[in-house]
Amino acid sequence: MLAWTIYISFAGAALLALMPKGRNDLSRWLALAVAVAGLALAVAGFAAGMGHARQVIVDLPWVPSMGIHFLLAADGISRVLVLLTGLAAVAGVLFSWNVELRTNEFFAFFLALIGGVYGVFLSFDLFLLFVFYEIAIVPKYFLIAIWGSTRREYAAMKLAIYSFAGSAMVLIGLLAAYATAGSHSTGLVELGHAGLPASFQMWAFPLVFVGFGILAGLWPFHTWAPTGHVAAPTAASMLLAGVVMKLGAYGCLRVAIGLFPHGLDPWGFSLAGIGSWRDVFAILAVVGIVYGALVALAQTDFKFVIGYSSVSHMGFVLLGLMTLNQIGLTGAVMQMFSHGVIAGLLFAIVGRIVYDRTHTRRFAELEAMHLSKRLPFAAWAFVIAGMASMGLPGFSGFVAELQVLVGAWIAKPWWTAAAGVGIVVGVAYTWRALQKAFFGDVLPSAHVLEQEHGHKFAAITWPEVTGVALLGGVSLAVGLYPRILLDAIEPAVKTLLAGGGR
Amino acid sequence: MNYADLFRVTLPETALELAALVVLVVDLGFLRKAALKVRVAVAALLGVAGCCVSLWAMQGQWQGPLRLEGSRDVLLATGGNAAIAQIGILVLTGLTLLLLIDSTFTQNSGEYVSVVLMAASGGMLIAAAQDLLVIFVGLELLSLGLYILTAFAKQSGKSAEAALKYYLFGGMSAAFLLFGFSYLYGLSGSTYLPRVVYGVDMAAAHGGAPLLAIALVMIAAGLGFKVAAVPFHLWAPDTYEGAPAPAAAFIASVSKVASFALLISISYTALNYIRSLMQESPVTGGHSYNTAAAFSVSGPEHVALTLSLFGGWTSILIVLAVASMIFGNLAALAQIGVRRLVAYSAVAHAGYILLGLAFFFWGNHSAQAVLYYILTYGLTTIGAFGVVDVVQRATGSDRFDAFLGLHKRNPVLAAVLLVLFLSLAGIPPLVGFWAKFNLFAAVLGVSAGPVPFALVALAVALSAVSLYYYLQVLKRAYVMPGVDETPIKVHPVTMAVLVLIAAAVVVLGCFPALLQGWIAGFYPVL
Repeated sequence: MLAWTIYISFAGAALLALMPKGRNDLSRWLALAVAVAGLALAVAGFAAGMGHARQVIVDLPWVPSMGIHFLLAADGISRVLVLLTGLAAVAGVLFSWNVELRTNEFFAFFLALIGGVYGVFLSFDLFLLFVFYEIAIVPKYFLIAIWGSTRREYAAMKLAIYSFAGSAMVLIGLLAAYATAGSHSTGLVELGHAGLPASFQMWAFPLVFVGFGILAGLWPFHTWAPTGHVAAPTAASMLLAGVVMKLGAYGCLRVAIGLFPHGLDPWGFSLAGIGSWRDVFAILAVVGIVYGALVALAQTDFKFVIGYSSVSHMGFVLLGLMTLNQIGLTGAVMQMFSHGVIAGLLFAIVGRIVYDRTHTRRFAELEAMHLSKRLPFAAWAFVIAGMASMGLPGFSGFVAELQVLVGAWIAKPWWTAAAGVGIVVGVAYTWRALQKAFFGDVLPSAHVLEQEHGHKFAAITWPEVTGVALLGGVSLAVGLYPRILLDAIEPAVKTLLAGGGR
Repeated sequence: MNYADLFRVTLPETALELAALVVLVVDLGFLRKAALKVRVAVAALLGVAGCCVSLWAMQGQWQGPLRLEGSRDVLLATGGNAAIAQIGILVLTGLTLLLLIDSTFTQNSGEYVSVVLMAASGGMLIAAAQDLLVIFVGLELLSLGLYILTAFAKQSGKSAEAALKYYLFGGMSAAFLLFGFSYLYGLSGSTYLPRVVYGVDMAAAHGGAPLLAIALVMIAAGLGFKVAAVPFHLWAPDTYEGAPAPAAAFIASVSKVASFALLISISYTALNYIRSLMQESPVTGGHSYNTAAAFSVSGPEHVALTLSLFGGWTSILIVLAVASMIFGNLAALAQIGVRRLVAYSAVAHAGYILLGLAFFFWGNHSAQAVLYYILTYGLTTIGAFGVVDVVQRATGSDRFDAFLGLHKRNPVLAAVLLVLFLSLAGIPPLVGFWAKFNLFAAVLGVSAGPVPFALVALAVALSAVSLYYYLQVLKRAYVMPGVDETPIKVHPVTMAVLVLIAAAVVVLGCFPALLQGWIAGFYPVL
């Protein structure tokens, strides 16, 4: 059933690409229908898969001579992330309701990207996973380059080159693993059992981890993320932060850690307290958390704050992966879901609800606009999203980050201490953004008030309300009742940790 | 040599030559007064018909190769690599001829088509040749045709300039090649490839190694010119830019297929000789007969010497491959014209393929991977030249800026360009990605040691660079606003060919086993 999420997305993309120009409304509704159908399938698949381990959905020989299979399967982690993709797709379409330029092409690229993302999360053949991973690159480029804003061509090219460089590293690792294993299969399970020599894993692991990590915003390879997020049109930044960065993190988890577990073993010597790749990447993750938060604190552009906050939050995912214990990894997957929802919501508020009305994202200008009075919906939506982003109890971010921190404490207590700094700064930058953008205390003069009265912002439309309610509601629901996801994630993580040979 | 045999094996080439004559007779004899459009269409269709007849005639080859009378020496091989390359040559030639229907660069369509057909028959000879003399004759037949085709746009100064450059470089490289061949003959006393390899090996064991080194370098220079490998690539950008588009497409596809087929025959022969040595000598255990195992053998001195000779050839190929990959990709970054961009990217692609030839397996894997790459590359390039030609005729330029707003001016054309360029960049699920993956997997399948691994890593990294310059063109076509938004009209036949090529790139990419299975079907089951 879940496989249809992929097929209908690509079919929708093809249909939209062939749609005659000028049928913008039809394009929108078609895209929404496809996205909703995808979400419905994802929810149904999630519900049906409850309590099951890995289920094979489709298994067809694709390139028999090389042992490549069209193998789609789902375990708890996949189901959770497919669910996230479905949510992000629906919300993305809703928040792009006002795209008037080349509408059908916009949604065609959008759905092609979504199809690729579904594919990555459902592939259990390394080769197939890589194919879907690369399919996602091209639509991203065009979405940003054509419909983007600030320095869009630069940002789009930067993102495309970073992604392609990352996937080149993954491809090298893939070819090497295939040649070394000699198992004549590229299935993740078969390769995992092929007994790759530890010395090989020791250098393949960092190669593949960094390759995927580039897309997950691994510091210092994160620089595509802020520029890309800022330049992208709202729906694309929602997808970039919401699901595309998760592709990277998922690759790190499923491929790098799943296939090359011995790459995390100690080197046998230590330099300044760093004795394994695990230490190296954990430190990079912590640096990313703190650095992203501090840089977000210094931004003058609203969207850049969210862009850097994504780097910080993705640091928690990577830190969670490096804990290599049950609770830390579970937290990492939870954080993928949680950040996907929350970052999507934040970008939607900044990019669609605020920017499309004010046509500025600079705090200095927003401060003088009294948005809390003139756009109360945006202000209160951002208060909720900001609380979720800070990791307040009751929202999904709290559960996720707490688990990561507990996992990190079990692994190495000082990781937790350092990451805790990031959380504190996180509160600060969210608060600052909230204050400056919505609750600026410059008193309006009578003249300004009159001017503002004469120039009302466009009313909030139904797609925006629906989108905010959807994403905010999901974050709240998962925060209040995290078991709904944890029950799916925990067994899958356990299998991964056990099957990885550790 | 038995003439009945000769006729049977060369029937496809004969069919092409006959078609070339028929085209001339029809065009010059019956259509002198007809409109140019009609003449072009008739000539091109007759040419395509000739290719089809030749394809049909190929089935006569199954009864075995062409041998010298009273000896086991083969002049022309049949089946296997040769058959695949020949079929590829015929199909690609047919496609380039169909692109001619819409073009206006020449009044002499009959002559153009007949030269194309003769050059194609030269390419078919090369693909099958197992004898130094046949190789040389085939190469000259192909090359002379190419020089003429390059110069065919007589009103264009660029075309004449390109042809002259191509001719001068080509003449020189043919001289190098002949010089190398003469040393080989002198060392071995034979022109039949396996005997040459054997004789050369014996001669080298008795002090002929320095001469052999000279010969190999000369041959590498001659063949490096044909495949446009750095540093013998200098003709490529000018020729690709100056030649009329159908001719450039022919040079970029058919001539490449033929030349790489020749390189495959050479590598194949040399490796099979080494295999026979290894099987005689008791030192190797197990079944992993590949160069990596071979290099690690500390066997009798003779085997070691042979391997070092072969290692010399391998290292020449590696140097050419690395230089081509790096220089081709970096130079392409600096281009502002699409044809020169395609030319430099062709240099880079030649580099990848040479890597596949340098690490060659004496089973059929490497040959299959190289053929897969070159055939799909040829197909994609023909499409690319087709699109460039249409745009160039509409805008008068092949600069990047000529592609501005193409998605509005002709959405189908822009979509074709998108598919073809992304395939060249190696984005899945298009065929270019599978070709690369297949080739690199074959290289690592031969040997997973640090050297091949580092080279594959370099190749993959450089293909990440290549995405940048392909996107530069696609950016013009899709992203940047156009200045002129009048629709571009495309001749229906040209459009059909371009759409067909793009569809093939997508379908073969989504179902890679189709073409792979087809290629594998030409080899005897081991």
